[in-house]
Amino acid sequence: MQSAQEQDSARMQTSGVAEHPLLAVEGITRVYGERIGCADVSFELFAGEVLAIVGESGSGKTTLLNCISSRLSPTCGRVSYRMRDGQTADIYKMAEAERRHLMRTDWGFVHQNPIDGLRMTVSAGANVGERLMAIGDRHYGNIRNSAIEWLERVEIAADRVDDQPRAFSGGMRQRLQIARNLVTEPRLVFMDEPTGGLDVSVQARLLDLLRGLVSDLGLAVVVVTHDLAVARLLSDRMIVMKDGRVIEAGLTDRVLDDPRAPYTQLLVSSILQV
Amino acid sequence: MNSLLIASEVHKTFIMHMRGGVELPVVANVSFALKAGECSVLGGPSGVGKSSILKMLYGNYGCDGGQLLVLHHGKHVDIAAAGPRKVLEIRRDTIGYVSQFLRAVPRVSALDVAAEPLLARGVAREEAHERARVLFTRLNLPERLWSLPPATFSGGEQQRVNIARGFITDHPVLLLDEPTASLDAANRQVVIDLIAGKKAQGVALLGIFHDHDVRHAVADQIIDVSAFAAGRSAA
Repeated sequence: MQSAQEQDSARMQTSGVAEHPLLAVEGITRVYGERIGCADVSFELFAGEVLAIVGESGSGKTTLLNCISSRLSPTCGRVSYRMRDGQTADIYKMAEAERRHLMRTDWGFVHQNPIDGLRMTVSAGANVGERLMAIGDRHYGNIRNSAIEWLERVEIAADRVDDQPRAFSGGMRQRLQIARNLVTEPRLVFMDEPTGGLDVSVQARLLDLLRGLVSDLGLAVVVVTHDLAVARLLSDRMIVMKDGRVIEAGLTDRVLDDPRAPYTQLLVSSILQV
Repeated sequence: MNSLLIASEVHKTFIMHMRGGVELPVVANVSFALKAGECSVLGGPSGVGKSSILKMLYGNYGCDGGQLLVLHHGKHVDIAAAGPRKVLEIRRDTIGYVSQFLRAVPRVSALDVAAEPLLARGVAREEAHERARVLFTRLNLPERLWSLPPATFSGGEQQRVNIARGFITDHPVLLLDEPTASLDAANRQVVIDLIAGKKAQGVALLGIFHDHDVRHAVADQIIDVSAFAAGRSAA
């Protein structure tokens, strides 16, 4: 009930009344000794908005994603998140238990490799149900029903609920990882190369599924990708990174169709036409 | 006071960093106004910058100078200076666009492609689909195609999906980039009628039409883009 209200208010927020960002990232810097992971990155993300972070390997995009999703402490900078109660909290000043709870409920994280985000030796249903149990759901029948419902939403047949993900194809595993993340109705999902490592036809299906889920659920997403076509299809805004710094940022189609920075022009002109 | 959109001294230059920073001037001093209930047509030979002007108005290209004021939610907003979120809001509520080519998304049906701008504005799926069906019928798009993704459609079929997507909303400003280029005479006439309908509703339209008959039928004002050709100005 509360989450439905929350979604409504999120929708009102996107329709332009006075609003506050869901996530505010200020001056995030992470250094590894002498080497820069990412430097002085700032942006805001609003409810229902999809932001793509693009760049080549080593550009710092995954370091940045880990810093803002509280998986890696930044050297300096601040990440603020508007909690479900409307209060804004600094995620690095929260108690550990509170942060873990946030990550398990209101946030999701989709890894490039599903093995990093799934338990491979328990059933698909248990993979999805686990996050529900983590937030206190104890009714086996309800959990199983939610799991089946979510498997079907990500186009996995209900009769696979008792199979282990080891028996799934790469594309199915990735869809299962998405179901596992979305079952708690998070408002913010981080994705690290969600279509990386998949065949092109499988990628297209996954992208289409993600597009539908993002718009139906009003999710805010930060998606890291090196694939500009993925950014074009999924995101409203994008940030281009190189050597740990933001080179260019803006509306996705403008950055892709009218790139300003030399590096962005190089990236865009390197896309192979099919 | 019935100008819905005013372009004032707009400049655009591409700087090609991959070509040693060569500057490619596109347009300069673009100035015009679009009035409610009128269709304005961008004229001039190809390569003169007509599509670039539409893209700047839609926020798809940045501007290097000047103002593009659009009446958005009752206030004049400068698209040339608007941030990404404001541009998206203007696209959702104020400026519609029929692009020349459809950017097909895998697996999304023609019906969903056309209905999407309404869904984005919170219209219920069934009603949005119904309005898409009405437009498809009017545009003679065969019903067997409606539930298929348009990627495999012919050029003319894709264009009709695009037209339906652009005309389905009641945006006060509508940009049209050669909407009739691959249509037969019967369907060109449908588009002419659709444009007349928009004018009657007080929409300000701005289009590029290479077809003389269509241009003659719809144009209230011709804006000669060669007058804004960047080579002519000191810039």
